[in-house]
Amino acid sequence: MLEPFLVRALIAGLGLAIIAAPLGCFVVWQRMAYFGETVAQAGLIGVALGLALQMSLTLGVMLIAVVVAFLLIGLSRQKVVALDSILGLLHHAALATGVIATAMISGPPVDLMGFLFGDVFAITSEDLAWIFGGGAIVLVVVAWLWQPLLRLAVHQDLAAAEGVDRELVRSVFITLLAVAIAVAMKIVGILLVMAFLVVPAVAARPLARSPERMVVLTALIAAASVVAGLWLSSILDWPGGPSIVVVMSVAAGLALTSAAYYQR
Amino acid sequence: MAHPDWRRAHADAPARGPSSDRVPPCKHGCAPQERPEGSASFSANALISARGLGVRRNGRDLLSNVYIDISEREIVTLIGPNGAGKTTLVRVLLGLERPDQGEVRRRDDLRIGYVPQRFDVDAVIPMTVDRFLLLGGNGGAKRTAAILDEVDASYTRNQQLTELSGGELQRIVLARALLREPNLLVLDEPVQGVDYTGEVELYNLIGRLRDEYGFGVLLVSHDLHFVMAKSDRVLCLNHHVCCSGVPEAVAQHPAYVRIFGEEAARAFAVYHHHHDHSHDISGEPLPVSDEAESEPVSGGGSRA
Repeated sequence: MLEPFLVRALIAGLGLAIIAAPLGCFVVWQRMAYFGETVAQAGLIGVALGLALQMSLTLGVMLIAVVVAFLLIGLSRQKVVALDSILGLLHHAALATGVIATAMISGPPVDLMGFLFGDVFAITSEDLAWIFGGGAIVLVVVAWLWQPLLRLAVHQDLAAAEGVDRELVRSVFITLLAVAIAVAMKIVGILLVMAFLVVPAVAARPLARSPERMVVLTALIAAASVVAGLWLSSILDWPGGPSIVVVMSVAAGLALTSAAYYQR
Repeated sequence: MAHPDWRRAHADAPARGPSSDRVPPCKHGCAPQERPEGSASFSANALISARGLGVRRNGRDLLSNVYIDISEREIVTLIGPNGAGKTTLVRVLLGLERPDQGEVRRRDDLRIGYVPQRFDVDAVIPMTVDRFLLLGGNGGAKRTAAILDEVDASYTRNQQLTELSGGELQRIVLARALLREPNLLVLDEPVQGVDYTGEVELYNLIGRLRDEYGFGVLLVSHDLHFVMAKSDRVLCLNHHVCCSGVPEAVAQHPAYVRIFGEEAARAFAVYHHHHDHSHDISGEPLPVSDEAESEPVSGGGSRA
């Protein structure tokens, strides 16, 4: 029989695999990986906020992630410096600020490693409720906004000229991304959460010929990586979250290599 | 609101010219002229109507004091030198960019089919042509097949977008715009990278489809020398509207000659649609303003 903590880890990981798949695909399609990375790393400030206000840490991360995401959208309006460069600077700044903020919190020492890389074997029932509650909301909204999201991802100007409300759809999307980052923190940590979203999508791309197929494949690859990663982790005593990400990365590496081979 | 059927795109007050109805002379030497659309009030029936548009970027006026109306079934061609603000004007009209001054009003039932200047396919999204067409709305297998046939791209239906050539992609984007059953088709330099025959065919196709479906057309032309004869109006833009009118009148307009040079004015040719299915071009030589009188006419024929 599986240990209860391992069962919870599996359920959480598989749940996240499904939630992350559509978001991960849109992050890849819209080239928002760096954007997500910055939002995720700002999440540590949210941890400090949650500790300071003695509220749910997931909620703290969610709040900060949403705020930072909208600030970044505001910053992207200026055309002097490319957003990429700003993000490259800010994600370090966000992380550093978060580390200081958590260090300033009085009380028992904070398990920084747990927040940075996740602690999948310490998942509680409350965490599971966050993952499935938040996840259900994310999936429902993505399904509802699927057409406009896809139209914008294919060609922003074309979609906007045809009447898609660019600002609204983008705002909803980054809010969903913030929610996903918050619920994923416990599993893979804020440093690896974007890998959990992006890497399976990259692995799925060469195998897909339609956007929906790519999302399904992304979910399957992520789910298989969760199972394989947790299995490796339990027999080799590796950290859980990083093991999952390593398995995903191997899958992506294989997919891209074979794509390069067959393209010739 | 005075016109309930108007959607106000931008609430800024329209920029008023200095008291009179005349546009002030511009720095390119255009003489003062009547406001292109005659009056400062919005046209009630136009599909799109813009008044006093001004766009400023990095301290430069890309557009100033632009007035434009596009009515149902009307083909309006926008010409102007590189960097004249043609694409900026199109983007403002489409609502993709906000004007710093002035206002754009779109009729409530406005349905736009848009063919952007560049359509770069992102290889990262897997998508077939069929799916791409469906995304624009108003699909229906039969109609899709008919339109694809019209743009001569039926064979691409099941191909990935990334597998298409530039010309094929352009026709697919046009097909998507047409499938939306637009009442305004906006084409930003649709013939870029298309050879001469392709250009003529495309103009033929647009003219024929306009007759068939009755939509208005806003066409940004890449070429000063070659304007679709079906154009009801040509707007000559160089940050502001220098002159406008039927194609032949614009070619003769002193402002046109001044801005685009005598060479361009002389070479100005209007393509007239022929129904005899041969793709010959009648480059109609046009009398130009007096300065150029002594020069021989270049282009498709000798002067009368």
